[in-house]
Amino acid sequence: MKLLYRLFRSSLGRKYIMGVTGLCLFAFVVGHMVGNLQVFLGPEAINRYAHFLQSTGELLWLVRLAMLSIVGLHIWSAVVLTLENRAARPVRYTQDVFYGASYASRTMIGSGFVIAAFVLFHLLHYTVQVKGVNLTGQDFTTFETTLKNGTVTHDVFKMMVVGFSNVWVSLFYVVAVSLLSLHLGHGIGALFQSLGLKNDVWTPRLDRFGKVIAWVLVIGYASIPIAILLGYGKEALK
Amino acid sequence: MNLTLKVWRQKDANSPGRFETYEARDVIADMSFLEMLDVVNEELIAAGKEPIMFDSDCREGICGTCSLVINGIPHGGHRGTTVCQLHMRHFQDGQTITVEPWRARPFPVIRDLIVDRKAFDRIIQAGGFISVNTGGTPDGNAIPVSKQISDKAMDAAACIGCGACVAACKNASAMLFVSAKVTHLNLLPQGKAEKDRRVARMVSTMDEAGFGNCTVTGSCAAVCPKEIPLDMIAKMNRDYALAIFKGE
Amino acid sequence: MKLDAKIPSGPLPQKWDKHKFDIKLVNPANKRKFDVLVVGTGLAGASAAASLAELGYNVKCFCYQDSPRRAHSIAAQGGINAAKNYRNDGDSVFRLFYDTIKGGDFRAREANVHRLAQVSVNIIDQCVAQGVPFAREYGGLLDNRSFGGAQVSRTFYARGQTGQQLLLGAYQALSRQIGLGMVKMYPRTEMLDLVVIDGQAKGIVVRDLVSGQISSFAGDAVVLATGGYGNVFFLSTNAKGCNATAIWRAYKRGAAFANPCYTQIHPTCIPVSGDHQSKLTLMSESLRNDGRVWVPKRKEDCGKEPGSIPEDGRDYYLERKYPSFGNLAPRDISSRAAKEVCDEGRGVGPTKLGVYLDFSDSIKRLGEDKIRERYGNLFEMYERITGENAYQTPMRIFPAVHYTMGGLWVDYNLMSTIPGLFVLGEANFSDHGANRLGASALMQGLADGYFVLPYTIGNYLAGTRPVKQPTSHAEFKRVETEVTERTKRLLAIQGKRTVLSLHRELGKLLWDKCGMARNEAGLKDALQRIPQLREEFWKNVIITGEAGSVNQALEYAGRVGDFMELAELLCTDALMRRESCGGHFRTEFQTEDGEAKRDDENFSFVGAWEYQGADKPPLLHKEPLVYEEVHMSTRSYK
Repeated sequence: MKLLYRLFRSSLGRKYIMGVTGLCLFAFVVGHMVGNLQVFLGPEAINRYAHFLQSTGELLWLVRLAMLSIVGLHIWSAVVLTLENRAARPVRYTQDVFYGASYASRTMIGSGFVIAAFVLFHLLHYTVQVKGVNLTGQDFTTFETTLKNGTVTHDVFKMMVVGFSNVWVSLFYVVAVSLLSLHLGHGIGALFQSLGLKNDVWTPRLDRFGKVIAWVLVIGYASIPIAILLGYGKEALK
Repeated sequence: MNLTLKVWRQKDANSPGRFETYEARDVIADMSFLEMLDVVNEELIAAGKEPIMFDSDCREGICGTCSLVINGIPHGGHRGTTVCQLHMRHFQDGQTITVEPWRARPFPVIRDLIVDRKAFDRIIQAGGFISVNTGGTPDGNAIPVSKQISDKAMDAAACIGCGACVAACKNASAMLFVSAKVTHLNLLPQGKAEKDRRVARMVSTMDEAGFGNCTVTGSCAAVCPKEIPLDMIAKMNRDYALAIFKGE
Repeated sequence: MKLDAKIPSGPLPQKWDKHKFDIKLVNPANKRKFDVLVVGTGLAGASAAASLAELGYNVKCFCYQDSPRRAHSIAAQGGINAAKNYRNDGDSVFRLFYDTIKGGDFRAREANVHRLAQVSVNIIDQCVAQGVPFAREYGGLLDNRSFGGAQVSRTFYARGQTGQQLLLGAYQALSRQIGLGMVKMYPRTEMLDLVVIDGQAKGIVVRDLVSGQISSFAGDAVVLATGGYGNVFFLSTNAKGCNATAIWRAYKRGAAFANPCYTQIHPTCIPVSGDHQSKLTLMSESLRNDGRVWVPKRKEDCGKEPGSIPEDGRDYYLERKYPSFGNLAPRDISSRAAKEVCDEGRGVGPTKLGVYLDFSDSIKRLGEDKIRERYGNLFEMYERITGENAYQTPMRIFPAVHYTMGGLWVDYNLMSTIPGLFVLGEANFSDHGANRLGASALMQGLADGYFVLPYTIGNYLAGTRPVKQPTSHAEFKRVETEVTERTKRLLAIQGKRTVLSLHRELGKLLWDKCGMARNEAGLKDALQRIPQLREEFWKNVIITGEAGSVNQALEYAGRVGDFMELAELLCTDALMRRESCGGHFRTEFQTEDGEAKRDDENFSFVGAWEYQGADKPPLLHKEPLVYEEVHMSTRSYK
C-alpha cells in the first residue's frame, strides 16, 4: 500500500509512471513502425501481417486494453504533473527565457496532446474505420483481398494506399509523427533520467540514442504517406 | 556606461508588486552587479527614497544569499557565476535590464527582490544529514573512501543552496537542490546506513513544500553557479525507487 | 572586575583531561530544563547549538541571515589544521600547539592553545563522520597540504571550499536537531542587546528583520558566536552583513573586550579596483604553496607587462627575506612585506597597490592540469572578478583585512566576564594571540563548538538553577525600550549622509591610521577624528523607511553605529600597546631590518577593556601571559 501511495502520490513516483508508460509506448511505436514498413514489401506481406494480428483474438484485446491503460496513465500523470507545475509558479516572469532548456523539453505537454488527438483520429481512421473521417468517401470496411494461401482477409494495403492518397490526412500524419519525434527526442533521454538509469557515463549515450531513434522514427513513419502521395502502391492495386 | 533598470518592487508578501524604472549612471565595468545596485541605492537614499532591497552577504559567490533574476535568467546567465560575481563588463551602454526576484510558490517574496527560502532548510531538516552525534566517531582514516566517490560527493556538496535551480526551472522544481544533497550523502560510505530513509523523507518534504516536478529541461543545471550536473537527479530517482521498493 | 582565567592546575598536556573530569555535570533529566540561547550559526555557533541539543539542552538559535547555512565561515577556502601526523613528517599535538603559539607571536594563552591542538584531531574524525568530503588520495585515505606558518603538512581540505563543507556539516547537524525539535531556529533575526539580571546573562533582545518587531528571549545561558569585527574597516574580506553589534552590546553590558587591536591583514586578496568597491575577495592562502610572490626590482618596470620582465629584474622578496619559509611566511609578515615594496613604489597594477603571485614555475614543473586541479575554482574566481587569465599572466594580489584575533575576553571555559555569557570562535580572543595562522580559524570555531563548550557550559549550568526569568521581567522591558528608542532615534535624524558613505570614511581612516602599520601620532589623530565622525553620524545620517518592516538601511545603520564606537576602542588599544607583535605593527617598535619588535617585559599580557560609560574612557585590565612549557623567543621565519 505504501508503495502504491508513494508511486501515485509523490512527484518522483508519478515520474516513474510517466517513464515506464513512456517506455512501453516507445516500444509500441517502434514495433508499429516495423510492422507498417512491410507496406513496402507489397500487398501480400502487409496483408498477411495484418491477418496474423487480427487472428490473435483475445490476446489482441488484452494488448489493446493494456495499451489503453498505459496511454491513460501516461496522460493522467502528464496532466497532474503539469497542473502542479503551473501551480508552483503563481507569478510568472516578465520574459520566459527558460535558459538552457531545449524546445522539445519545454513543449512536451503540447506535443503530447497533439499526438493524443492524432492517435484518436488514427484509431477512428484505420482501426474503427469510420467512413466519415477518411475524407475519401470510400468505406474501408468493404476492402477485401485473398492471400496466397487462399484466406480472404481485410485489404490493409489498399486501405493504406487509399487512406494516404488524401493530402490532408497525410499532412496530419506527417505533422503528428514529426511531433512524436520531437516528443521522443526529449522523452527517451528523460525517461531514463526519471527512472534513475543515467549517470555521467550513460547520460550522453542515452541522450544520443534518443535523438537518433527519434529521427529513425520520423523517417520511417513519414516515408509511408510520402511514398504513397508520390504514387507508390497505385500500380499494385491495379 | 548608463543603464536603465526595470526593478520589481513589492512592499511585503501580501501586497501586489510592480516594476519601477531607475537610471544607473556612470557604471564602471569593474563593478559587480550588486555594487551597481549599491550605487543606485545610494542615490535613492540621498533623495529620501527607499532603496531597492535585495539579499546579499558574502559577495564572493559562496554563501548563496544573492538571488536576482536578470533579464529572465537567474544570476544573469554566465557560467558558474552568482549575481554577486557578475561584473558589469558583460553589459552594454544604454541597455535596459529587468531585475526580478526568484519566483516560485514555495519562495514567497518578502520584500522587493528578497524571497523566503525556508523550504530548503526544511528539506535538509527532514533528512539532509548523517545522524551522528558529536564525539565517539572513528578515526578519519578508518573508512577509506575512493577518490572517485569522494570527488563526486564533493561535486554534489558544492551546492550553495541559492535556489537558482528552482527559479530557472519552468516548473519551479527543486530536484537539483534536493538531489545534490541526496547524492552527496548517499554516495559516501558514512551516509549509506540511512540512505533510504533520507531520500524518502527529503522527497516528501520537497513535495509538501509545493515545488513543481522535474521535466528534465536542464535549466537548473544551466544556471547553477556551482555547475551541478543533472546526473544528481538521476541518482536521486534511482535511490528513491530503491527506497520505496524496500518499503520506505 | 577581576580577570580570572580559571586555567586548571597540573602539567599542560593534562590540563584539559583533568578539567573535564573536575567540572560539574548536569543530570540528563535536568538538561531539558535549561534554555540556552545561541547567537550566530557559523562554525562555532552551529556546532555548539547542535552539540548542546544532542546533549539534551533546550536550544534557541539565532542568525541574521535567511538560513543558518549562510554564515560567513562558509567562505573560508584553504583548510583546517589537525595534528594527525598522517604524513609521518614529525607533526604532533605539541608541534601544532607550538606553531600556533609562535604564530600568535607569544600573545595567546598557553592552556587554551594546547587544548585546541589536542581536540584538533577529534574535529577531523567528527567531520568525516558527518560526511564532509575532504580531499582523498587514490588509496582512499585523507590528503593533506601545507599552509602558511608551518613546516609540516597538516591541513585537511575540501577543494578550495573547506569552510563551506565544514559549515554545511555543522549546519546539517544543526538541521537534524531542528527537525527533531531540540533546537528552535530563528533566521533573519538580529540580536541587538544582551539582558543581564543580577549580574548574570539571562537573555537577549532581538529584532525580527522581516516584521521589524523587537522582542526578548530568556535563557539560562547566552552563547555568542557572532564572528569578528573586520567590517569596522569597511573594506574587508568579511561578508557585507558581518557585524560586531552582539559583542559590542555585551561589552557595554559588562563583558571585557580583549586585544581589539589584533587585526589580521591577509596577504592574498584581489586588489581594490575603485571607490564603488563593496568588499574584498580573498584568494586562498594555499595559493602560496605553488605561487611565487614578486615585484619588479626597479620602479620603472612596474608598468610593464609582467612577462616582459626578465628573471633578474624580479624581486622575489619573500624568498629573499625569509629563505626558510619563503612564500609560506605567516600572514602578518607577508602582508607587511607587500606593503613595504608598494611603499617603495614597486607595486604593480593600475593602483600600484598590488604584487604578483606567479604560477608560471609551478605550471612548468607540474603542468597546467595539476594546477587547475588544485586551484581551478580560485583561478576562475580571479578571472570572473578581474577578467584576467592567471594561467597566462601572474595574479595581482594585495593585503586586506581578514580576521580579528581580538574579541570578548573569555576564561578557560569560554565564559566572558559576565557569568552565563559564553563567547565562541572569532568573537572571542582566546587562541590566536596577535596573529592567526592559516587553517586555524576553522579549527578553533569547531573546537569551541563541538568539543569545549558542551563540557564547560555544563559546569556553569550545574551551579545554577533552571529558573528562567520571564521576558516580562522589568530588565527585559527596560532593554527592549532602550533598543526601540535607539531605532527611533536613528530614523528621526533624517540628515544628509548615507550610512555607507560614513562607514566608508570610518574604514578609510582606520585603514590609514590603524591598518598594517600604526604609530602614535596616527593613532592619536584617529582617536580625535573618530568621535567627530561618530557625532556626524548621529547628527547627519539619513535612513529612509520605517522600523516596522524590512529595512536594510536601518539594519546597516545600527551596525555602523556600533562600529563607530568600536573603532575608538581599537585605536585606544593599539595606542596602549607600545610594542609590535603579530598583526599589530607599531612603526616605532621595529628591529633594524624592519621586523616586529616585541616587548615581553612590559606587554606580555592580554589587554582587556572594561566599559565605564558613554563619556568615560574604558578601563584596562591585564591578564598576564605565563608560559610554562614554551620559551618565548623572537619569532623568526628567516
